[in-house]
Amino acid sequence: MSSTSTTMPSQLCTFRVSDAWCGVDVRAVQEVVLVRGITRVPLAPDAVRGLINLRGQIVTVIDLRRRLGFSHQQAAHHGVVICHDGHVVGLLVDEIGDVVDVGSNLLADPPATIGPLGRTLISCAYKLAPELVVSLSVEGLLAFEDSNRTMAHGGIA
Amino acid sequence: MTAVDDEVVREFLVESRENLDRLDQDFVKLEDNPSDRDGIASVFRTIHTIKGTAGFLAFNKLETLTHAGEHVLSKIRDGALELTPERTSALLAMVDKVREILASIQATGSEGDADPRTCRERLLAIADNRPATAPVPEAAVATAEVVASTASAPQVAQNPSTPKPAASSPPATPTPPERTQPASSAESTVRVHVSLLDRLMNLVGELVLARNQIAQAGSVIEDPILVGAAQRLSAVTSELQEGVMKTRMQPIGSIWDKLPRVVRDLSLTCGKQVRVELEGRETELDRTIIEAIKDPLTHIVRNAVDHGIEKPDARAAAGKPRTASLRLRAYHEGGQVNIEIADDGAGIDVDAVRQRALERGLIDADRARVASERELIAMIFVPGFSTAKTVSNVSGRGVGMDVVKTNIERIGGTVDLISARGRGTTVRLKIPLTLAIVPALVVSCADERFAIPQASLIELVRGADGPNRVEWVHDAPVFRLRDEVLPLVYLDATLDLAPRPERAAPRPATNIVVLKAENALFGLVVDEVRDTQEIVVKPLGKELKRLSVFAGATIMGDGQVALIVDVPALARRLATVPAEDSAADDAKEGVRDERLRERFVVAHAGSRGHVAVPLHLVWRLEEFDRSEIKTVAGREVVVCRGEILRLIDIDGAPAEQGGESGSKVAVIVHQLDGDTVGVRVGRIVDIVEAAPRGGGKTDGDPTVLRVLDGEVAQLIDIAALHTVEKAGDRA
Repeated sequence: MSSTSTTMPSQLCTFRVSDAWCGVDVRAVQEVVLVRGITRVPLAPDAVRGLINLRGQIVTVIDLRRRLGFSHQQAAHHGVVICHDGHVVGLLVDEIGDVVDVGSNLLADPPATIGPLGRTLISCAYKLAPELVVSLSVEGLLAFEDSNRTMAHGGIA
Repeated sequence: MTAVDDEVVREFLVESRENLDRLDQDFVKLEDNPSDRDGIASVFRTIHTIKGTAGFLAFNKLETLTHAGEHVLSKIRDGALELTPERTSALLAMVDKVREILASIQATGSEGDADPRTCRERLLAIADNRPATAPVPEAAVATAEVVASTASAPQVAQNPSTPKPAASSPPATPTPPERTQPASSAESTVRVHVSLLDRLMNLVGELVLARNQIAQAGSVIEDPILVGAAQRLSAVTSELQEGVMKTRMQPIGSIWDKLPRVVRDLSLTCGKQVRVELEGRETELDRTIIEAIKDPLTHIVRNAVDHGIEKPDARAAAGKPRTASLRLRAYHEGGQVNIEIADDGAGIDVDAVRQRALERGLIDADRARVASERELIAMIFVPGFSTAKTVSNVSGRGVGMDVVKTNIERIGGTVDLISARGRGTTVRLKIPLTLAIVPALVVSCADERFAIPQASLIELVRGADGPNRVEWVHDAPVFRLRDEVLPLVYLDATLDLAPRPERAAPRPATNIVVLKAENALFGLVVDEVRDTQEIVVKPLGKELKRLSVFAGATIMGDGQVALIVDVPALARRLATVPAEDSAADDAKEGVRDERLRERFVVAHAGSRGHVAVPLHLVWRLEEFDRSEIKTVAGREVVVCRGEILRLIDIDGAPAEQGGESGSKVAVIVHQLDGDTVGVRVGRIVDIVEAAPRGGGKTDGDPTVLRVLDGEVAQLIDIAALHTVEKAGDRA
């Protein structure tokens, strides 16, 4: 699974989605915001919560709970705004964590038993205390082409 | 001199000055590397351009002078002469002379009394490889100085920073001494990179949004100071917006001016004579739009020459002048730009279109017979359509007008085609001035706000009970708008925000936004019409690009995002076909008594041909698979919406049992004496509005012959049909 950049991240911006701690490469994170006033987009993929006005820029907000297939309940109002290839997207999560240092010594490959959805979304896991932190693939999160149907199972076990 | 000419001269001055400045540098570079062919070619082109324009503007001195320079340069370019410093000097002297004349043109509008002859003689001498005639006959000061400066000896030109070692090389840029015009045209215009203009445009867009926000706040807070400031801000923003928009404007002439050449080449190839007239070439459009209409325009013009205009002999035979005229006209109207491309050619051969549409299976034979002229002409915009008998290298490949239409509609414009047989064709494009900021109607629906660009807005109507209510044709809600039956689309249902409206539980159609796109009128039912606003169109992220019903999003005055409805996409999604055209055409003729006009469902019933049922008697229209029809106790029935529906055939004949599955049977459902019965027909053809005329009745037949819309149709007498059926039962 290719990660967002050629080099492995040295720091992750972590956040909680449902009961799982996840993270994205801090270099992809533009800012962390409180998301208010989402305009929903009819006919959009299920995981797309809607659009927000981020200082004049219109940003698509993706509900990570739904995107990761955890539940159909909506995530809270914390938004991690990531920028990938000049393309800005907001990720809606339940709680914002710290920015943590990660090194290759903490790295673990995703388990072989991971489901297909996890395979496209997860680049690796980090053995941090007290919880494992799953590093999400920014590319995977934004690839909505065919995988817009969130799968009920096959998330991060 | 007219304003346009002034404009041309001004452009010429600015351009020439820039070119001349570059020439100086080019010459210097050439000195270092005299064999640089590209450099020579570039210099040659520059001089050539000045010569050409000067000739066009009748600046004769300039023309003869640059002509001599061009003559020398062409020899150098062809290798007949070498670029020696002496020759360079002569050429640079020419450049200076050109500057001098240009300065005079700018100051007085004429070439003044500068005398280019000496300079010219010198150039011609060089070209012929004669020694330069040293003595200067008339020693005008300027000429003398230029010549002196070229003699590579003591410097006259004031250029202290780069002192030249004597005799090594001639001065690089002999500055003419009398360059003291206060503000040259080069200084009054600035070249700005397009990306900067785009950025300014975006910022102005933001400002417009902020302005809207403040204006909204002002109306809530009602603070006189805030209101005053908001009004000033509003005025300034509007002006700024206009100004920035103007910087991005280009005259349409920038693309038009290439068209006469296209026409000339093409008419030569086709053996036709065409005179092109351009009118309104100074009409300005946003540069993004100019880009977008370039190809469609060229296409339409090529089409007109290739297909529309006849050969001279054919024209003469038809009593028209041998030289055809192709008129392009652009003008502003109602915040839009209209562009008309009119030829006086043969017009569109409607029969050929009909034939062609049939061949290509775009319409069936029945439709082809009844289709109106306008409907057929609209076929030209269908992909893969061409009436050209042969494929030429010009057109006739079937990619054409459909691409034109798509491209124009993509930028929010419309294409209209009017054709009169033997008299010509006019294509009319309506193009918005800009794409970045558009006026829009804000509506709300299912608690969400949506913006509808006003380009496709026709009118707003309010439905109510009584005559202004929603009616149904089969499962399609319609609304009677004056003479038209307007198909209705519920925005909330289309966007999956609400269930589809049902006939059984009709919702009151309150606000209907009448829209026109893809040549079809339809009514969009929304909950509430808010107001009109200038909105800034912003694209959606790529993860939402597939949602074709939205053209983008915008930020409202309260900072919230609202989606912009893509009306053409919505129309395509509905595939609303302009079936009401024929009715509309007839209505215009006004030949029939309007009071007798009625709507009929026209169906095709096997060997019987067309049958018709008055719309008011139709409860709904259904379609069943042939295999679904069962015969129970000698009666045909079908299960429809959980209920048993009895079917009758017009001829009382039973349906062929076990017909192959997949073939469909249309059923006109109506109620009679509290009984719901379906009349089985082949398929539904159309709904027409007409005043039935004349006719006769055949005994025992449940139909009456009537003329509907110029066609004979058999009007089904429902009551009679019932009687026939009852009689059949008893027998």
